[in-house]
Amino acid sequence: MNEKVISCKALTKRFGDFTAVDAITFEVEKGEIFGFLGANGAGKTTAMRMLCGLSNPTSGEAKIAGFDIYKETEKIKKSIGYMSQKFSLYDDLTVQENITFFAGIYGLSDKAIKENSAALLKQLGMEDQADKRVSSLPLGWKQKLAFSTAIIHKPEIVFLDEPTGGVDPVTRRQFWDLIYEASGNGITIFVTTHYMDEAEYCNRVSIMVDGKVEALDTPTNLKKQFSVTTMDEVFYHLAREAKRGE
Amino acid sequence: MKQFLTFVKKEFLHVLRDKKTLLILFGMPVVQILIFGFALTNEVKNSQIVVVDYAKDIASQEIITKIEASRYFEIRKTLAGSKELEAAFRTGEIKMAVIFPEGFNNQLLHQNKAQIQVLADASDPNNATTLTNYVSSIINDYQAQLNQENAVPLQIKPEVKMLYNPQLKGAPNFVPGVMALVLMLVCVMMTAIAIVKEKETGTMEILLVSPFKPLMVILSKAVPYLLLSMVNVVSILLLSVFVLDLPIAGNILLLFAESTLFIITCLTLGIFISVKTDSQQTAMLISLLGMLLPTLLFSGFMFPIENMPLPLQWFSNVVPSKWYYIIVKGIMIKGLGFSYVWKETLILFGITIFLLIVSLKSFKIRLS
Repeated sequence: MNEKVISCKALTKRFGDFTAVDAITFEVEKGEIFGFLGANGAGKTTAMRMLCGLSNPTSGEAKIAGFDIYKETEKIKKSIGYMSQKFSLYDDLTVQENITFFAGIYGLSDKAIKENSAALLKQLGMEDQADKRVSSLPLGWKQKLAFSTAIIHKPEIVFLDEPTGGVDPVTRRQFWDLIYEASGNGITIFVTTHYMDEAEYCNRVSIMVDGKVEALDTPTNLKKQFSVTTMDEVFYHLAREAKRGE
Repeated sequence: MKQFLTFVKKEFLHVLRDKKTLLILFGMPVVQILIFGFALTNEVKNSQIVVVDYAKDIASQEIITKIEASRYFEIRKTLAGSKELEAAFRTGEIKMAVIFPEGFNNQLLHQNKAQIQVLADASDPNNATTLTNYVSSIINDYQAQLNQENAVPLQIKPEVKMLYNPQLKGAPNFVPGVMALVLMLVCVMMTAIAIVKEKETGTMEILLVSPFKPLMVILSKAVPYLLLSMVNVVSILLLSVFVLDLPIAGNILLLFAESTLFIITCLTLGIFISVKTDSQQTAMLISLLGMLLPTLLFSGFMFPIENMPLPLQWFSNVVPSKWYYIIVKGIMIKGLGFSYVWKETLILFGITIFLLIVSLKSFKIRLS
């Protein structure tokens, strides 16, 4: 289990004079749950957008699922899933239509769509809701559905951008159960979050400050390193040194 | 291709689920056609006309009786001379005058043909056309009646003269105008909103991360509106033919081809707006102010372009609907063929290509 699914070296993004992401270097292993933390404006979203192929890096190297971030973006796109912080399903379509649509644009065959979506609905216990409009579902269900839809094509990596924003603690817990299950199936999870209890759930955590990765280790080691008892304190310790404002 | 179809299907679902959009899509053309139709082309009944009879013979009397019998006309006076005629037209007291020349019947019997002069007040061009058409058909009717009895065919020719506005400019040939308006509204606004909506809700990002090509995202957004707009073209034409009695003089296929071109122009405009904006409200405002107003003002549909100051006349040249309006009017009303509208078609085509290139370029920039 030492296969590297994400590896970046000195990955940098500049917007004019402003260096949003400053030479970040890290690796993520297959099946790992990798927490990508940072205060607002630290450069998390920009970094993630580069890794997803939504934004071109200014310099540096990166390989996603073994594909080069500059030359093989199309192959990368096929091997990743993505769930944004905004709600990412279509409200006016039914649960089943949403699943079919997203599976469809990833080029799954009709048979695979049928099988995968049946399995997905069963896993979420949403068989009865299949023909309901997504707008009628509670937020927690929507988030779970969005996550499951993001991995319907069985990607190698799934990028989650603050997936649990505005969700109640119980649903958040259930959401993490889904994440663990996916990780158990060999899907690598790359997740940004503002909730420090969620950081504790991750295998490893990186903390970005002012565009740089300031700390990267397991939550346990990080706490040891800064001689504190919670991730909250680790984060506070690092983030208060930030010079950038919001 | 399968991915593309999946996407197009989803877009159709969006449109069909949204009752408000559907209402706008299909209700608006009908309402506009009917409003414009009935506001501007009231059926003409009991119009005040004057008959000037220099002939006073059997033929002129018979025709006058026929005109009198018609529910469309009310003969105010039968004059012996034309002195009062001009005054009556000026004051708007009468809308039309029918003048029989001296020796009308004589001419008809001996030369087998005679003329009737018809004068109409064309300051209300629509009305004038309708009235002269009615009177011509009455005369034709009488002529046919005579010819049944006669071995030698007789010919009575109404000589129509439009007063004040001989070319009938500003004629409310509104159907082409409404077509331009509706297509502009449906295609530009709806497409722009549909794309911006995905940006607003955040689904656009998901689509961009997926292997589905960005160009395809845009194209599949446009397809449903292309098809629905064609349905609209059909419904407008059906309404104009069967409800408003405005026949299509030219080639229907050509009309469709030109309409499709214009729909594509509008869709590209919509895409262009959506690339440049981030919220549905902005997209809507820009579509309304930037597209709808120019269509109303500068297509020549409501206000004659010839009367505008020169800079505005120049500006009107970049308004795509102006060209479409000219094309449709040519084909539909005047019955012209492609050889008469190829220039306008070429201009429209050029505008479309230009917009397409610009919007695709800016779309790529946004992605980097």
